[in-house]
Parts: sequence; structure tokens; C-alpha cells
Amino acid sequence: MSQQPDVAARRPTLANRLPAFLFPRLNPVALTGVIIAIFLIGFLIFPVLQVIHVAFQNPSSGTLTLQNFGDFFATSLFRESFVNSFYVSAVSVVVATIIALPLAYITTRFNFGGSMLIQSLGFIPLIMPPFVGAVAMQLIFGRNGTINLLLRDRFGISIPFMEGLNGVILVQSIHYFPFILINLSASLRNIDRSMEEAAQNLGAHGLRLFRRIVFPLATPGYVAGAALVFIKVFDDLGTPLLLNVNNMLAPQAYLRITSVGISDPMGYVISVILVAFSILSLWASFLVMRGKDYATVQKGGGGLAKRDLAPREKVMAYAVVFFILSLVLSPHLGLLLLSLSTIWSFAPLPDGYTLANYARMWESSQGYVANTLLYAGIAATLDVILGTAIAYIVLRTGIAGRKWLDYLATAALAVPGVVLGIGYLRTFQSVDVPFIDKPLASWWVIIAIALTIRRLPYALRACMAALQQVSLALEEAAESLGATKMRTIRKIVVPLMSGGILAGFVTSFATASVELSATIMLVSAERDSPLAYGIYLFMQTPSGRGAGAALGILAVVIVAIGTILSQIIIERDKKMRTSGREH
Amino acid sequence: MQNDMVQSGLAGIEIRDLHLSFGPTKVLTGVNLTIRPGEFFAFLGPSGSGKSTLLRAIAGFGPRPQGEISIGGRDVAGLPPWQRDVGMVFQSYALWPHMSVRENVAFGLRERKAAPAEIRRRVGDALDLVGLSHLADRMPNQLSGGQQQRIALARTVVIEPKVLLLDEPLSNLDAGLRVQMRRELLALQRKLGLTTIFVTHDQEEANTTSDRMAVLDGGVIQQVGTPQELYDNPVNLFVARFLGTANILEGRVERAGDGVRFVSLSGEAIQLSSAATGTGAIVLRPQNISLTARSTPTTLPGTVRHCEFLGSQMRYLVECAGTEMVVDKPHRSGDQVFLPETQVKLDINAADAVFLADGR
Repeated sequence: MSQQPDVAARRPTLANRLPAFLFPRLNPVALTGVIIAIFLIGFLIFPVLQVIHVAFQNPSSGTLTLQNFGDFFATSLFRESFVNSFYVSAVSVVVATIIALPLAYITTRFNFGGSMLIQSLGFIPLIMPPFVGAVAMQLIFGRNGTINLLLRDRFGISIPFMEGLNGVILVQSIHYFPFILINLSASLRNIDRSMEEAAQNLGAHGLRLFRRIVFPLATPGYVAGAALVFIKVFDDLGTPLLLNVNNMLAPQAYLRITSVGISDPMGYVISVILVAFSILSLWASFLVMRGKDYATVQKGGGGLAKRDLAPREKVMAYAVVFFILSLVLSPHLGLLLLSLSTIWSFAPLPDGYTLANYARMWESSQGYVANTLLYAGIAATLDVILGTAIAYIVLRTGIAGRKWLDYLATAALAVPGVVLGIGYLRTFQSVDVPFIDKPLASWWVIIAIALTIRRLPYALRACMAALQQVSLALEEAAESLGATKMRTIRKIVVPLMSGGILAGFVTSFATASVELSATIMLVSAERDSPLAYGIYLFMQTPSGRGAGAALGILAVVIVAIGTILSQIIIERDKKMRTSGREH
Repeated sequence: MQNDMVQSGLAGIEIRDLHLSFGPTKVLTGVNLTIRPGEFFAFLGPSGSGKSTLLRAIAGFGPRPQGEISIGGRDVAGLPPWQRDVGMVFQSYALWPHMSVRENVAFGLRERKAAPAEIRRRVGDALDLVGLSHLADRMPNQLSGGQQQRIALARTVVIEPKVLLLDEPLSNLDAGLRVQMRRELLALQRKLGLTTIFVTHDQEEANTTSDRMAVLDGGVIQQVGTPQELYDNPVNLFVARFLGTANILEGRVERAGDGVRFVSLSGEAIQLSSAATGTGAIVLRPQNISLTARSTPTTLPGTVRHCEFLGSQMRYLVECAGTEMVVDKPHRSGDQVFLPETQVKLDINAADAVFLADGR
């Protein structure tokens, strides 16, 4: 009793060595929360509010007005762009659904040998930024691409797959359908077998069973995926830009800001519309999901009853899967061929093959790669630090307003990259960085910060999920054995979250390294450009395509390695804790 | 540091006027409790009675309570868990899955900045104590439930805490193992002389292990005492019903000649040796009632409604004084069996009937 073994606990921390009035009743955790909030407000909320403010401001007098919106809708190009963006997004959701539905149904419903194939290959589109595949798609599906050349040769017809908006729709739906596939398969798998059996027991079967029970139970997952596809397509800048489809909203915003200048209000009006639609579709999916936690799997068996396919059905299933997967993989294949080709033009396949493109890419792109590693590395590191801190504050402390940290960070979901870029340009043009004779808006660090903000919602979800896996008793056990809160976080919480944190890091890194829409606005000098912008530059000229494709392949490889790594980490982590938590 | 091993087991716990609420919900009300040094003490109560909350309050978890908790004379109510020197074994064991068994057990010593050699020795001792030295390099998910339980115990006792808190430690084990672990736990506690609190909802667990126990209900301690005291002399109907089977007869106790007698609501009377008088109820344990055919001043008339043969005893449900009473009779071969609908007399030994005045 005379001896107190808790010396460590009483060692003064930095916060309580400084004068108390500096930290009015703030413990280190609360202080961290405040710093994070300031960061998020400064680099997310304030720039976006700035954009909204400018959209409602008379450009010359500075008074609040709706005039800009009047001007916007009075211009036929903008009206057309608005309709086009909406049309492209909606049709992309439909096409993505047509691709995803059979795949999800076949894998969850039947004992199908190809399921593993679907599960792994179905996600491949996500590992390639859509604008990278766009050029390759042009070569395969375009007017003078492989398919149409063959069709014209044999049947004298051609199909306008890639003409104007069709091209955008095709590229986007092939790229984004995995969001629907993932969410839909997950909710189908989460339906407990007893739900289905109860319905069968009461007399429902076949299509009726599907319509009355299976589909309603899977709806929330589907809507979540569909809303995500809608937003992503609506906000995407790179694909339409590369396909030279400029009469859509995001390209218009980009073109106005880059050609007319950052004082032109139209770019801001478009930004407000983009944000409004993002919020609207997130809200719609929230409304559908609310109160519908349909994860009905109970202890024991989960998922729908799977049945074997008859031989004829099996052939059909394989045919469907093969057709869809070849469509889905065509951009990758096209890109690979392009990167290896000498010349590929007006021919079903390249004229000859060479590795010269890779050599050329390597000579001229080392700067891009180095920049990408730097920016994505900073972004991913900041993301997991912020994500872990926010997750801990939200889930484990009682700090007032902690939920707002979550809301603030998640709000980035509703902010398209173009909008964030415009916001940064506007806000930080006048902020000079000390010791560097440059405004913050054109300093390379701002690109890394933009990527951090853009990827934070995903990293945060990963960290939240990881922390939720750590049972509170594990922390309490450490505390009762003498570890302080901070020691417990370091020795128990973070190590146990490490799998999730690492997976979040890798995903953030991989996706940040191919992000184009915010980057394209913020790159002020070519030597600051990351990989995605490099690809974009290469693809601008026909002669640069080969090297651009080679760089694209490099990007795909980076993202692929990242994705596989994070899967391995998550799996290993799961293995470690199974039976560790159950008894 | 080496020598406080002997000392550390000798702390008692003093709880004074403890109140605790989760928001507007009162979970503990006016708890006063003294737990003696070296005692094996049980908190017994139904779920939601506040027993786990009380245990967690002693360990420093949950909302901060009002009142005083002192361990070994030191008021710990305001201290965070890591400064309390209290060992807690969690219901889920809470073994850290990213650490080996050895690292789990060493954790508390590392936090106390013990020397590596000492850590090695004491971890070895603790694992020997629970008989699992050979599993030191395993990961927790490679252990069975019983082994996890022992490791959790080793991890806790290795820091030589002042008190050991066990939160339903046996509830995740299957029935056979539970009895074995219960005995091991008690043997270990005796060996270490640690003041131990054991939370359970299982009265058999509490009865077989604890020196004394507290029965909780609705956030209030109902009674404190040895298992036998509580069983034989419950202070209220809750305790009487919660511990074992109780027959409750409502009525009043009045003076009659030299002694007192109990008159049930339906008018039947028997002799009683209670000191108190007034309206209330008497509590009768099933095995303290015998069935006879003869009527005496200590018998009540009844009718057998049902009988169940339980092997070691015969359990009768007898309608008596407007209520149904459970009567247990030890079984010997050749005994007379009272078949249903038989008229019988329930012979009640005056000393075995506990009178509880109204409001208890």
C-alpha cells in the first residue's frame, strides 16, 4: 500500500506542464478533437462555403444575388450541360445495374464455380481510374475501333458505343458498377436463410419469393450502391474531359475556371449545383436506408440457400458471366495493348508491338511517380491519423459535439473534387506561405491536403469499423492492469486496429494516387504534377498515347497492389481475432 | 517491490453511501458495504440488479458515482482505473488477441516498469499457478474457453492487486467445467489470500464459494451475510425468494398464552417462536416442512395436488392455507408416498419459520 506502482500515470504531460489558462479544461483527447475540427473547417468547410458564397455574389458589386443562377439557366450551353450530366448519371446507374444484377444474383444464389472469378474480377474496374480506360475504350468501341471495324467488315453496320454521351455512359458504368455489385451482394448475403425458408413454408416460391422477400430485403444495399454510382458519375471530370465531351457540368466548371478565370461566377454556380446534387442523392439513399438495418443473419447459417445449376443453366450462367467480364475487362486489355503497340489506329489490333512506350514513359515520368508517391503518401498518412483519432473520439469518449467531427469529415463525400479544387483556388490564392514566395493555392502541399480531405471519409469508415471490432473490455482490462488512457490507446487500441488502419492507409494511398478531379485544378506547374495529371497530359496528343497508356498501366498496377494488400491485411486480421472474441 | 506480495492481499473495501446513475436512470442507491481483508465476497442478484455496475464502480469503470469507495484505507472514488491497483477478470476474459499468452500476462508488470528478469519470473509463477506454463507462447485464439479463463486470471493476479474482481467469470464455460473452475478459483483465492469479489446471478456459485455475500435488487443491497445466514434468516421476501425455494404464508402473528401463534389469512393457526408480532408473512423452506397424518398444534391441514420424484427427494405441491406450498421430503426406499388428492397435515417446526413483518 505504501508503494504506488503508477509512476507513469503521474508524469506530467506536455499539456499540463504549460500554463493551465492555455488549455481551459481540455484534456489531450479533447485538444486533439479541437485541432482536427480546425483542420476540417479550414480545408473543407470554409473553402466550400466560399464557393457557395461566390455563386450567390454579384461579381462586380459583391452583393448577394440570384443573378448568377439566372445567367446560368439562360445560357443554352449550361442548360444542355445540366441535362446531359443528369442524363448520363441516370443512364449509367441503369447500365451499371444491368451489369451488376446478374453477377450478384448468380454468386449469391447458386453453387457456381465462377463465383470466385466474379468476386475477384468484378472489382478490377475499380482499380483503374475511369479516365485512364477511356482512351482504350475509344480504340475498342469507338467509331473506328476494333468492334466497329469488325462489324462494318462483316455486316456493314456500326454501333455508336462511344459517340458523345454514350461513350461517357459506357466508360462510367463499366467502371462504377462494382459499387452496386459489392453492396447488392453484401445485402443478399446478409439475408438469413430462415427469412427465405419462412416464406417458402408459408407458400411463396420462385419469382414471387424473389419479389416479395429477397428483393425488398436487398433494396437498401442496392440503393446505397446506386446512389454512389450516381454521385460519382455526376461529379466526374476526367472521363468526359478525356473523351472530349465538354457539354457536361464538371467539364464546364473546369473550363470556365481555367479559361475565363477564377473570378468568373459560372464555375461557382456549377459547383453549387454539383454539391446540391451530391447532397440530394446521399440524402435520398439515407432516407431509404434509415431504419432498415436488414442484416438479418442470425447465429449459424447465413445467406440465401444456394442451389446447384442444371448443366444447361450452368452453360448460360458461364456465358453471361463471360460476356460481362470481357466487357468489364476490355479497358484494361485495351490499355495494355495500347501501351505495347507501335501504332494502333484504324485497325482492330495494333500494327506492331514494342516496349518503347514503357521506356519513354519511364524517362519522362519519374517526376510524376515521385510526386504521386509523395502526395498520396502524405494524404494516406494524414487520413489514417485523422481517421483513428476521430473514430476514437466519436466511439470511445463523451466529448460534447464529438459526432460533429464525424459529420465534418464525412461531409467531404458530398464535395466533388472540382468543387474542392475551385474552393482552394479561391480561398488560398490570397494566403501566402511563409518562407516560400508563393500563395498556398499553388504550393504542392495543397494538392496533398486536397487528397487527404477527399479520401478521409473512406479512411474514417475503415478506422471506425476497426475500432468497433475492439471490445471495450479489452481496453478496460488494460486500464485495470495499470495502463493509462493514452497507454491503452497505444498498446491495445491502435495495435488491435492496425489491420483496419493499414487497410485504410493502403486504400487511401492507392485511390489518392490516381485521383484527377481535384488535382487537375490545383497543379500549377508541370513539375508538381502527379501521375494522374501526367496520364492526362500524355493522352492529349495521339503520339503520347502509347506512353500515356504505359503510365496508366503503372497506375493500375499501383492500385492493384494496394487493393490486394489491403485485402490480405483485412483477411489476416480477421483470422487473428476470430475465436479471440468468442468463446 | 519484491516484498509487497505479502502485503497486497490484505486490503479491505469500504463503500459508503454510494449512488450511481446512467443519465436519469438510478442504478445504485445508497450502497453501504464493508468487505473484510482476505474475504471471498459475492454480489448476487438478478440481471439489472446493479451488481455488475457496483463491481465496475469499484474498478473505476462507468460513470463516476457519488459516495466513497476505499480500498485498503485509500479513497479511490476519484481515481482512474489505472491508479486503483484492482485486478479485474472480465466476463469475456478480454485477452488481447494481438499478444501471446506470455505478453498478455506480462502486460501489467510492464506498465509498472518492473525489471525484465522480474517480469520473467513473475509471469512464470503466475502461469504455474494456473497450470498453463506450457501454453505461454500460444496466441489467445488457440486456447479453449477454460484455458482463456485461467490466463485471464493469471494476467490479473500477476500484478498482485489489492483486490480481485471477478465479473461472472464462469458464465462462458459449460456446466461441467464451471464446477471445476469454481473450485480452482476458490483454492487459488485461499492460496493468495486475496480479497475477492465475485459477481454472479447463480446462487449455487455464490453459496459454494463465498465467505459472505450481498444480495442486490433494484440497485439496493438487500442483505449481507454468510450464505447460510441469508438462506436461514432472510430479511425480506426478495431475499427469501431469490435464495432457494421459499413458501410464503401471509397472515399475522399474535400473542397466545405463553407464546405466539401465526394465523394465516384463511384462518389456520400454528404455534410460532417469533419475538415480533403484527401482520406480515412467514417464510418456510420446503425441507423444513414434513407431511404427517396426525394433527398437532404445529400442523396445518392441506391437500396434495402434485408430486414429483427427484431422486434424492420427493417434491410435493400441497394446497394449504389458500396457497400452494412446496414440500421436500428426503427419499428413502420404502417410504410412504402421499398421492395427489390425499388430505395431509403439514408439520412446521416453529424454529424454522421466519416471520417477516409487513413492508419487509
